[in-house]
Amino acid sequence: MTTTESPAQTTEPGQVLLEAKNLKKYFPVTKGLLISRVTGHIKAVDDISFELRAGETLGVVGESGCGKSTTAKMMLMLEEPTDGSILFEGQDVHHTSAEVRKAYRSSVQAVFQDPWSSLNPRMRVKDIIAEPMVINWSISRSEQQARVMKLLNDVGLNEYHSNLFPHEFSGGQRQRLAIARALALNPRVIVLDEPVSALDVSIRAQIMNLLKDLQKEYNVAYMLIAHDLATVRYMCTWVAVMYLGQIVELSPVKELFINPSHPYTKALMSAALPSHPDMEQEEIILQGEVPSPLNPPSGCYFHPRCPAAMDRCSVEKPITKEISPGHSLSCHLF
Amino acid sequence: MAADLSGIVIAPPTRRAKAAGVYRKIKRWPVIPMFLLGLVVFAGLFAPLIAPHDPESGELRERNIPPAWSNGERAVKTVVERMTINERTTSVTLSDAQKIDPNIQLGDRIEVFVRPAGSTKFLLGTDHLGRDVLSRVIYGARISILVSVVTLAVGGTIGVTMGLMAGWYGGFVDEFLMRLVDIKLAIPLILIALVLVITLGQSLWIIVTVLCLFIWPRFARQVRGEVLQLKHMDYVSLAKVSGASTPRILFIHIFPGTINTLIVVATLQVGIVILLESTLSFLGAGVPPPTPAWGSMVADGRDKLAGGVWWISTFPGIAIMLTVMSLNLFGDWLRDTLDPRLRQLE
Amino acid sequence: MVTTDTRINTETVLSVEDLRTYFTTRWGVVKAVDGISFDLRRGETLGIVGESGCGKSVTMLSLMRLIPIPPGRIVSGKIILDGEDIIPISEQEMARIRGSKIALIIQDPMTSLNPVFSIGNQVEEAIRIHQDIPRRSVTEKALEVLRKVNIPAAEQRAKDYPHQMSGGMRQRVVGAIGISCQPQVLIADEPTTSLDVTIQAQYLKLLKDIQRESNLSIIFITHDFGIVAKMCDRVAVMYAGRIVEHGSVRDIFNNPSHPYTEALLASVPKMDRDVDRLYSIEGQPPPLHDLPVGCAFADRCPDVMDKCREQYPDSLAVSDGHIASCWKLE
Repeated sequence: MTTTESPAQTTEPGQVLLEAKNLKKYFPVTKGLLISRVTGHIKAVDDISFELRAGETLGVVGESGCGKSTTAKMMLMLEEPTDGSILFEGQDVHHTSAEVRKAYRSSVQAVFQDPWSSLNPRMRVKDIIAEPMVINWSISRSEQQARVMKLLNDVGLNEYHSNLFPHEFSGGQRQRLAIARALALNPRVIVLDEPVSALDVSIRAQIMNLLKDLQKEYNVAYMLIAHDLATVRYMCTWVAVMYLGQIVELSPVKELFINPSHPYTKALMSAALPSHPDMEQEEIILQGEVPSPLNPPSGCYFHPRCPAAMDRCSVEKPITKEISPGHSLSCHLF
Repeated sequence: MAADLSGIVIAPPTRRAKAAGVYRKIKRWPVIPMFLLGLVVFAGLFAPLIAPHDPESGELRERNIPPAWSNGERAVKTVVERMTINERTTSVTLSDAQKIDPNIQLGDRIEVFVRPAGSTKFLLGTDHLGRDVLSRVIYGARISILVSVVTLAVGGTIGVTMGLMAGWYGGFVDEFLMRLVDIKLAIPLILIALVLVITLGQSLWIIVTVLCLFIWPRFARQVRGEVLQLKHMDYVSLAKVSGASTPRILFIHIFPGTINTLIVVATLQVGIVILLESTLSFLGAGVPPPTPAWGSMVADGRDKLAGGVWWISTFPGIAIMLTVMSLNLFGDWLRDTLDPRLRQLE
Repeated sequence: MVTTDTRINTETVLSVEDLRTYFTTRWGVVKAVDGISFDLRRGETLGIVGESGCGKSVTMLSLMRLIPIPPGRIVSGKIILDGEDIIPISEQEMARIRGSKIALIIQDPMTSLNPVFSIGNQVEEAIRIHQDIPRRSVTEKALEVLRKVNIPAAEQRAKDYPHQMSGGMRQRVVGAIGISCQPQVLIADEPTTSLDVTIQAQYLKLLKDIQRESNLSIIFITHDFGIVAKMCDRVAVMYAGRIVEHGSVRDIFNNPSHPYTEALLASVPKMDRDVDRLYSIEGQPPPLHDLPVGCAFADRCPDVMDKCREQYPDSLAVSDGHIASCWKLE
């Protein structure tokens, strides 16, 4: 069984907690009702690798269908990878004992986008927050409740909130509850899937600041799935830009915003909304839309929309190169 | 820092708003259906205490007595020595006539009761075997309640389990269970019931079985649809992330979400069950006589309708109609009240 | 991105004066829009910014006269479109004005198109309602409009049904229907929230191009200051049913004068610079059925004074064409 009390926080900030290596997720496409046969694969995630470090945040940005949500699901063991491995503190979580898997599950928690669907409307707040403890820890009811109160305080809510039902809270408060629940097991990694995009503008800053404070306090690693580059700049230490299931550029956040290098990253930056009417932005309007992951283009997946495409781009797949420490990308221009 | 941001106080609704809410609820309550249903349940539960007579035995000489408010019917008939069937409406035998008036002579004309007047002893009259119709209607509620409760418990449980499995596992399990539902639609269950009764004899358990077979698919379908929606809720994914087992997810996170729908489906199904039970009883495949069931009572009175003996069939018929209609109205109201999508439209 | 240029002349197309739209609900009267005024000039883009529940969508519905009555009703005010007040006119007359003089693009391209008609059909329908022209030229006109919103191979795509198109394409069709009868005013209610960033960029550019070509006036309803910065010439910031600050886009960004605008701008993360810690506005907007006597922002305001809780602030001029409702400015 897992420990009864919180595991000691021994990790140093910056220590690699989790490593994803060559992760792939292909969804088979089938035809036929009774006797179905596989006619192709949707390559939702196609060979990506990254690391999560204690006390740091990896932002994953990309447009819909780029595979960022599937990646999050694989991290949370909601989807089995088709290939590749997730190493948690050095152990491959898919090829190991049930106990290690269980420990992994309680070490990696999540906060989702929609605060209206992430809390069971029929449970009281105290039961929602205590549920992970009920499942994973053998501690008494009073110990659970004591911890629920502490978690509520941590996320800026009061003890009297514990007896209420979710519908009695506003969106921002619900997101706080979701965060409290995610923290219940003292996780090492929290996957944040667009945690603020469903909230009102004035509430977003509250939640982002809260997440940052909690990270400092508990030295937890975040993986932030986002589509808004400004949010990524504020929240993250690292950024991975995804396109059609692949990471096209991975970089420390400062470096990426000073020196965006992949043409797709540049296009995303130019398409992002300015924070001031006089802000200078390159005008790169990408033509067309993201191709279907069922039938991705040859060579570099981005070449049909790339303003800098060359002949070899349509033939040859670019390999990943490191252009400065920690900053790597896949493009023939480099 | 973060801690003081919570000064968001959830203001309780004011007293006036609460009162207005209660008023609105009462205004919308289906008072009449609820009252009638309460009456049926009460009658069923306390039948031995409230029924004025034994529902299963009666005096033959008290047969076909009309309801209390009926005045009876008189006719003038000729006294004859002997009469043929054809003369029954116009003649009366001497021996019978002398019971009314000992001095009567052959050939006299005499006024006789064609049908006796009602008496307060039998408020709704008696049937062809002299049994009190009111008592039988009251006891009949018992059978209807018994059959519906057992059927709902068994059929509902089967249906809910099937629905949960089909919705949760999807794929082959779903396909298989939903094809079972389709098969049920293609089977003439009343015919099967009749065959079963002919081969195995009449019993309560046969109807309960047949009715269970009839109602489970409805539950299965509704629950399946609900599960298909609920299983994509983020809180279900989060429960998985926390390591919750499948039974835990199904019973703590999914099943409670279907309860509102289940209550509505159950209410509407009770109406159907009562109607079907009555149909089967009417066809003679129901509860074995002499146990009073509304359906078989309607059947009993059916061939007497022509002779003007209307009350044997009518009162149990009204009971069926009012009960089923009340259940439907009540069920509609429940659906409107419990379905959050409709509630928002208020 | 040059937004101030000569195409904006001083001719006013739409003028809203002291508009009030209330809803009667079980909680009491909800003052969703409570006395707002603004002008919209030809060829200009006005942004109406605010959080959910601030009244920006009700403003939009009031301008289109699409308020559900009951529970809603326009209590007072004037909406002068092209010289005519559209509040007192009949529903039939309004139906004629909708689409031809003032058009609407809403958020969700999935629900604003009918799934059972081809998109060509739906654009033609919009044209036929307002213009009495022969069938053949309707079809031609529809294709022309579809080409205008950059739908590639318009002849073929016109036969497609909404589900066969991507979100970006569907939103373009909605745009095509919006501009099909050359309205003077186009109201865009968060038209890009469901789109990806690169598709959003395409769409916003398209809207600008159309605006430049046809001298269209656009009202952008949004919660996103990024859209305002990119698209708008002037901005009205709404809070709890009223406009709290109103000015040119540069005035608002460079010199936000209402504490709410200031806080809102400070609470948004920036693309172009590192921010150590975002300002966060405490609390939540007050419920619209139970507004305080004074300024609705008082409880969340860092600069609150006693006067703020007693009386709603007047609109005070900050500079030419820039006004804010705050006692601080007095």
